[in-house]
Amino acid sequence: MTSVPQEIPLEQFIVLSAILFSIGVYGVLSRRNAVLVVMSVELMLNAVSINMVAFAVYTAPTLFVGIIFAIFIITIAAAEVGLALAVILRVFRNRGTANIDEIDTLKW
Amino acid sequence: MTQAFFDLVAAVVIVGALGVVMARSTVYAALFLIASLLGVAGVYVLLATEFLALVQLLIYGGAVTVLLLFALMLTHVRDLRERAPEPAQRLGALLAGGGLLAGFITMVYRTRWPRDNGTITSIDFNTIGNALFNRWAVPFEIASGVLLVALVGAVVIAMQEEGEHL
Repeated sequence: MTSVPQEIPLEQFIVLSAILFSIGVYGVLSRRNAVLVVMSVELMLNAVSINMVAFAVYTAPTLFVGIIFAIFIITIAAAEVGLALAVILRVFRNRGTANIDEIDTLKW
Repeated sequence: MTQAFFDLVAAVVIVGALGVVMARSTVYAALFLIASLLGVAGVYVLLATEFLALVQLLIYGGAVTVLLLFALMLTHVRDLRERAPEPAQRLGALLAGGGLLAGFITMVYRTRWPRDNGTITSIDFNTIGNALFNRWAVPFEIASGVLLVALVGAVVIAMQEEGEHL
């Protein structure tokens, strides 16, 4: 654990993560294909990880909970992708489409 | 020098992310996603957490994107190109994303971050390993249980049923 001066201010990392998160929100709201929605969710998860790691190394280096959080986010994201793709595959086999606006059985 | 590297990595991340949400072809979107996630690994290197960079490369660069490409292949997405979103839907998404971004950026620059003295602390592999297996051992085991359940669940859900064919 060694402290080194960093010429990039903390704000730049947070702004990068904010941009990534907003792009992910746009993707989730505008995409039709369910696989592409899952990809946009991945972007948002990565934005959150960047945010947590940046705060951990800049402001809380003795505890570094943010890094542990990022590790767990990556683990859960892997589980989430596997499960989401299985569900999408099942929906595609039953209904012949993976577009979320055509899966409207619960709509009345 | 560091700043130039950060700009490069940030450009890769943002261009990749824009490609994911804009590309008409879904396979191109998946390839843009790989670029963006590898850029995020570069951000971790800049934050002096090499362990996370390696994990990012292995899990996202390897496993997750391959899974996504398989799903694209199995849902025959390449035959039917993604239709353009409705203008109203796209406008709403743009407003939501843009509003969120504007809010975040004003928030970031109007806040004084306490305890930020311009230095970063590089946390080496040993420290992370010790913390993960001592202090965070129970969450670690729970996470492995979650992974196991998700794996079995995914197999059960996607299993081919009698008389069913792709």
